[in-house]
Amino acid sequence: MWGYLIRRIGESLLILLGISLVTFILLYLVPADPARQIAGRSATAETVANIRAQLGLDQPFHIQYFRYLGNLLQGDLGRSYLQRTEVSELIAARMPATLLLMGAAIVAELIMGLTIGAVAALKRNSAVDQSLMVFSFVTISAPQFVVGILLLYVFAVQLGWFPIGGYGTFAHLVLPALTIGLLGTGWYSRMMRSSMIDVLAQDYVRTARAKGLGKLRIILRHVAPNAILPIIAMIGIDIGLFMSGIVVVESVFGWPGIGQLAWQAIQRVDIPIIMGVTLVSAFFIVLGNLLADLIAPLVDPRIKLK
Amino acid sequence: MSAGTEVNPPARDRRGAWRVLVGLLRRPRSAFGLIVIVAMVAAAVLAPWIMPYDPNDQMFDGLSLEGAPLPPSAKFWLGTDLLGRDLFSRLVLGTQTSLIIGVLANGIAVVLGATVGITAGYFGGWVGGILMRFTDLMMAFPALLLAIVLAAIFKPSLLIVALVIAMVNWVQMARVIYTETRSLAQRDFIEVQRAMGASTVRILGRHILPHLVYSIIVFGTLGISTTVLLEATLSYLGVGVQPPTPSWGNIIFENQTYFANAPWLVFFPGVAIVLLALSFNLLGDVLRDTLDPKLKGRH
Repeated sequence: MWGYLIRRIGESLLILLGISLVTFILLYLVPADPARQIAGRSATAETVANIRAQLGLDQPFHIQYFRYLGNLLQGDLGRSYLQRTEVSELIAARMPATLLLMGAAIVAELIMGLTIGAVAALKRNSAVDQSLMVFSFVTISAPQFVVGILLLYVFAVQLGWFPIGGYGTFAHLVLPALTIGLLGTGWYSRMMRSSMIDVLAQDYVRTARAKGLGKLRIILRHVAPNAILPIIAMIGIDIGLFMSGIVVVESVFGWPGIGQLAWQAIQRVDIPIIMGVTLVSAFFIVLGNLLADLIAPLVDPRIKLK
Repeated sequence: MSAGTEVNPPARDRRGAWRVLVGLLRRPRSAFGLIVIVAMVAAAVLAPWIMPYDPNDQMFDGLSLEGAPLPPSAKFWLGTDLLGRDLFSRLVLGTQTSLIIGVLANGIAVVLGATVGITAGYFGGWVGGILMRFTDLMMAFPALLLAIVLAAIFKPSLLIVALVIAMVNWVQMARVIYTETRSLAQRDFIEVQRAMGASTVRILGRHILPHLVYSIIVFGTLGISTTVLLEATLSYLGVGVQPPTPSWGNIIFENQTYFANAPWLVFFPGVAIVLLALSFNLLGDVLRDTLDPKLKGRH
């Protein structure tokens, strides 16, 4: 167990190192010149050169990278070129909003996904099952900006149930969480359906039926808990899906999280912020995958650690 | 169950392909997908004859007296956009964009992914190790952020957008093909070929690749859906296909500030994106069940 744990953590760290390198290479290639941007349009060539030297942008690639990596290890993500603030502070300030959205989205998609999957499995091959599965296909085929804007139109503009965007109350949270949650609902409902069908075919379910237990009791006590177990581990992997969605969803809803931060930074080519958000997102994805691998054998002892 | 009857997949069997097609048309899900895809391909090819107006013409009578876009009517079937252009014509031309990028990006991703997967899976060793570690690394990248960064580095043109999407999307295919190639490479019949002195090229081309065809078709079909969605999202964010070339995503990007008053400008392109992505998803899902019993999801 411990050997496995240490090896998996080591692998995760290597992946993070690789990601920091790839991100750095990509952003090194960005043709826009940050020094010129900070200096402004009317600056002299000398001013621009000074700023470039100040930022260390005149150094060779590997020196820039190692300096960056060294700072990274101390939790220093660099300074924003334009806002003159520490990137780590900017991200930390916006992290609570993103985490709140993540939590709400995961709750939403688990409730919707597990319910839909369970109903579909119990009504297997019926018209209900067919329509629910078509619905799950639609949710995974709909881009989040379309879902977000349409939800905004119906529930905020037309019905006025929720605010049009922003942050602060529970009402602000509902639509963005639902938008992200719908995509996950598609995946969870399909996993839940096949997991339920597996469990329903197990001997212990037949035994429970033979004992004359009520249908609802069998489903709630014997089937559902066992069907949900393998899905719990998927939540970790789900974080990757989530991290890809926040840029779009936070921009659509004006949600002040790290996705919106990244989006604003991309438009201003504020490289340290883009790199910071990419790294933090990647960190969450790697952490999520690690957790998924560690949780899977805990919830289901039949899965052996390799 | 057809256990033991199929050792070699009938890759070049025309009747087999015909049977698959009939099977697809018999199932409502894949029939729906196929019909939508054929209709969209037709719309893309016949675009010049279908479009009632020039998609870039900012028509004088395309805006209300107050300068607002017009809702759907007999004259403008799906209404007009903020600049008074006919939305239906722009959507039809956008079909071309989506399909060109979908097929191009996904084609590159499939070739790249399959090549990486086969190389790593068949040869293994340190080359395979490095390739698969790199694949792991790419899996951990937030795909959309990566695509945005790439699209921001290179000035977006259709080809660049397709390349960017391919760079993000090959990973899934590489994973699948790697796993399958690995298990194939260890099977007895490959061992026999090697012992008989067959060249690597021959083994790969005649004995490994044919076994991978089904997976490539299935994941290639599902991949088009991912590609279409990613293109739409990039274009919506303004880093994908650039106006005035219409793409379903950038139509929404251009008009979203006005969506509360002119919802059709988001609704119709949105429906187009969902329909196309959904069709490839449905088709891929049914293909997975019919072509490859190993991959079959329990139904």
